[in-house]
Amino acid sequence: MSSKLYSEIEVTLETAIECGLSEAEYKRILEILGRTPTYTEIGVYGVMWSEHCSYKNSIKQLKTLPRSGHRLLVEAGEENAGLIDIGGGYAICFKIESHNHPSAIEPFQGAATGVGGILRDIFTMGARPIAALNSLRFGELDSPRTKYLLRGVVEGIGHYGNSFGVPTVGGEVYFQHCYHDNPLINAMAVGIVKVDKTASAAASGPGNPVMIVGSSTGRDGIHGASLLASREFDEKTDDMRPTVQVGDPFGEKLLLEATLELIDADVIAGIQDMGAAGISCSTSEMSARNGLGMEIDLDKVPLRENDMSAYEIMLSESQERMLVVIQKGKEEQAKAICDKWDVPLTTIGRVTGDGLIKVHRQGNYVAELNADSLVLGGGAPQYDPPAAEPAYIKKTRAFDPNYLTTTLTNQDIFWKLLASPTIASKRWVYEQYDSQVRTNTVNIKGDAAVLRIKELCGQGLLGEEFPAKGIAVCTDCNGRYTYLNPYSGAMSAVAEAARNVVCVGAEPVAITNCLNFGNPYDPEIYWQFKEAIRGMGDACRALGTPVTGGNVSFHNESQSHAVYPTPTIGMLGMIDDLDKIMSSEFKNEGDAIIILGNMREELGGSEYLKLVHGVVSGEAPVIDMQEEIALQKIVLAAIRKGIINSAHDCSEGGIATCLAEKSIASGGLGCNVSLPGFLTVGKLFGESQSRVIISISIDKIRLLKKMCDDNSVNYWVIGTVVPKYFFIKDCVKTTVRGLKETYENAIPDLMNEI
Amino acid sequence: MKFGIVVFPGSNCDHDAMYATSINAGCKAEYIWHKETQLPKDIDTIILPGGFAYGDYLRCGAIARFSPVMREVVNFAGKGGYVMGICNGFQVLAEAGLLPGALLQNTSTHFICRDVYLNVSSNATAFTSEIPDGKVLRIPIAHGEGNYFADEDTIRQLEDDGRIPFRYCDADGDVTEAANPNGSINNIAGITNKRGNVLGMMPHPERYSDIRLGANDGLNIFESLKKCLN
Repeated sequence: MSSKLYSEIEVTLETAIECGLSEAEYKRILEILGRTPTYTEIGVYGVMWSEHCSYKNSIKQLKTLPRSGHRLLVEAGEENAGLIDIGGGYAICFKIESHNHPSAIEPFQGAATGVGGILRDIFTMGARPIAALNSLRFGELDSPRTKYLLRGVVEGIGHYGNSFGVPTVGGEVYFQHCYHDNPLINAMAVGIVKVDKTASAAASGPGNPVMIVGSSTGRDGIHGASLLASREFDEKTDDMRPTVQVGDPFGEKLLLEATLELIDADVIAGIQDMGAAGISCSTSEMSARNGLGMEIDLDKVPLRENDMSAYEIMLSESQERMLVVIQKGKEEQAKAICDKWDVPLTTIGRVTGDGLIKVHRQGNYVAELNADSLVLGGGAPQYDPPAAEPAYIKKTRAFDPNYLTTTLTNQDIFWKLLASPTIASKRWVYEQYDSQVRTNTVNIKGDAAVLRIKELCGQGLLGEEFPAKGIAVCTDCNGRYTYLNPYSGAMSAVAEAARNVVCVGAEPVAITNCLNFGNPYDPEIYWQFKEAIRGMGDACRALGTPVTGGNVSFHNESQSHAVYPTPTIGMLGMIDDLDKIMSSEFKNEGDAIIILGNMREELGGSEYLKLVHGVVSGEAPVIDMQEEIALQKIVLAAIRKGIINSAHDCSEGGIATCLAEKSIASGGLGCNVSLPGFLTVGKLFGESQSRVIISISIDKIRLLKKMCDDNSVNYWVIGTVVPKYFFIKDCVKTTVRGLKETYENAIPDLMNEI
Repeated sequence: MKFGIVVFPGSNCDHDAMYATSINAGCKAEYIWHKETQLPKDIDTIILPGGFAYGDYLRCGAIARFSPVMREVVNFAGKGGYVMGICNGFQVLAEAGLLPGALLQNTSTHFICRDVYLNVSSNATAFTSEIPDGKVLRIPIAHGEGNYFADEDTIRQLEDDGRIPFRYCDADGDVTEAANPNGSINNIAGITNKRGNVLGMMPHPERYSDIRLGANDGLNIFESLKKCLN
């Protein structure tokens, strides 16, 4: 092979700019190399230094987040996903990631490959995926574009997850105009792994063969990371549809089984999935983690089209591929495992000790790059862009919703809220997902999904009797709150996620985050980002839930506007005894209904304001972490002691909506409720944080009151559980059946309209 | 009593069938790889589990029927061995000709995952013997192509022979149009062959075989087989 570098074309500043690099970045590359890069090399720098791969505009902020804790087995950023010790020799691996830009231009494949990508992040660590969630944001549902996107995204998620065999157990769907052009598709996956069977994404052992396992490499997804995901939407975006990858869940299922067997057989010396930036990213990141290099012969890469150039092969984002380093001498064993699953395994190079990525194609030496110079934490740029408080914040903060008047009655407002797509039943969505495969799904209808951990459920498997263990998972973020106040809004997102797992009886242990923002070079956007990170960090420190990793998605904007800052939180909770879990619905006629927390009447950023007055304004709901922690402590203790019969977080649509949801889910029970003091719109529909509505048998009230008094948590006994009827004094009187009809039909009716 | 659970590439309910038959029903069970050309000698019942065999990119089950193991499954059934196809397994049995008819796309055109109720027509089969008279089973479905279709003669014959053990119904056991989730003719959720030793059903009994998950009506079916074959 030639040792003289070859470039198809003469690389200039213009070439670098076409690859998504800035002039300063190109100059830096010239300095690093001490020469002009080849065409392949500039392509590799383009993707590796893209926002998507390098986190260049976010890493300095991300480092301020709490990233360690006693249950954490790896720190954020070290491996493909976070790893949480759950005892008994097992760990939970979980992560959330965005696939916003691809889904905006090709919703089915965009969403499907989003799911595929996050699943690979989990099983590349040796963990078997046991649950998937997704957090979705669209424009208003009366728009044909939103219907098209919702249909495609839901089908895509179902197509991939159902076939792969992972249950989709939870998530959220919000509808708000700011997401019209740029929907948010955040996919989360959760897996389980034996602690001593985890695999590392660091290559080791110079001389070890480097192989690709899985699909062949095609022209799909080239520049997905550097151009599509790292810039705003404009009139050219539709032309970028070819940059969206195409998913093959069956291929991924086989890849999963083969990968887990390879890891189990101890033949691997490093493995990383190929997602964004494909071979470029996996070779350089795996090498750089151990200060090693790789020599790669692209002629050996199985191709879908033979005439692909080195540039194209290095940048392809074809799905369902992994890069593995196999321990020398164990190649045959590895081959036998892959043959069993009919998964191709091909040697494409070897690990070297010189720290260089050397690439050959058709007799030409096309790249010689220092691996460390390409990656985050190495030579990739890190910026600290200017930030400035957005002009709108002064206006929204000064806005007092209490001055607004409406001719609608409380009853009219109640029904309007219940039928709002953001609040109404998401059955139309979740019934298209297999939520039960792998038979671990205990309940998906509470505030968080509850899954059992079969490996820690006794029943003779481990030959001993002990309480069956489980986990709770959820995603949360109300973008309106973060828009009005990025700091407190992000805090609320963490607090609500924790509250949700607490409401099912789990202890919050760690989060993963997906940070969806606009263009980071706009100081107002960057201010939102910094403030949100600050709020998230403070909330996580207060709750003791470290950040295990996640994903940053900038450039979520169209020509007219950016999306609301949306830092989605994926929360993991631990359940030490599955016999002590809780669900949200009313259980028994005659139970007392109690609000725990506060009676603040905050309308800022509420669904009410948006729906009735068409405004997203005011101050975001107050969040006081000490109040929140005290509340969560009481709720969790009451569940574990078997004192209460239901628990449901009070969120969008306020107390009235929360009561309706508790009734609808009960299958026939309703309530007779009278709220204390003067009845206002704010009291009924305000969205104050740190509140949980519970139901409890009369004889246990005294116990609960004592717990509340001891912990300075406020409570209000507001009524009783009754059969069939739903009655809130001076607001609404109806039947539970009537509630259910409105709640269940809202989204199907809109989707059936043409 | 021993179950053999066939694993096709793309099967994804194989682990669930294993857990339900071994841990929940307390039977012996082992996996059978799709490339096998011989079945283990001591198998009493073969389960073709749910999933997306070969990705189901073609018609569901259309490729799986050509797996080497399927010849053995057909022979096994021919000799009177018990075979149970769940969801994708039902689709494979229909493609392999062990059961009549076909599973078309749901009328909603969507994949549907939800609990359904099953009216059990008879407990005179090996698959239903332990189901108490009149009991309505609550078992989930999870499929995009579960809409059972066959020509009129076949349907008449299935009806006349009493070969429709499970029909979609409401919570009270009434077989109504509203309770039909996918458009199946006569609310058919499961059928048997003439001899009564091959069952295909779209609902997933293995998913509701553990009370920890909220319901265990599915266990009735595995326990029926256990009782009959022990």
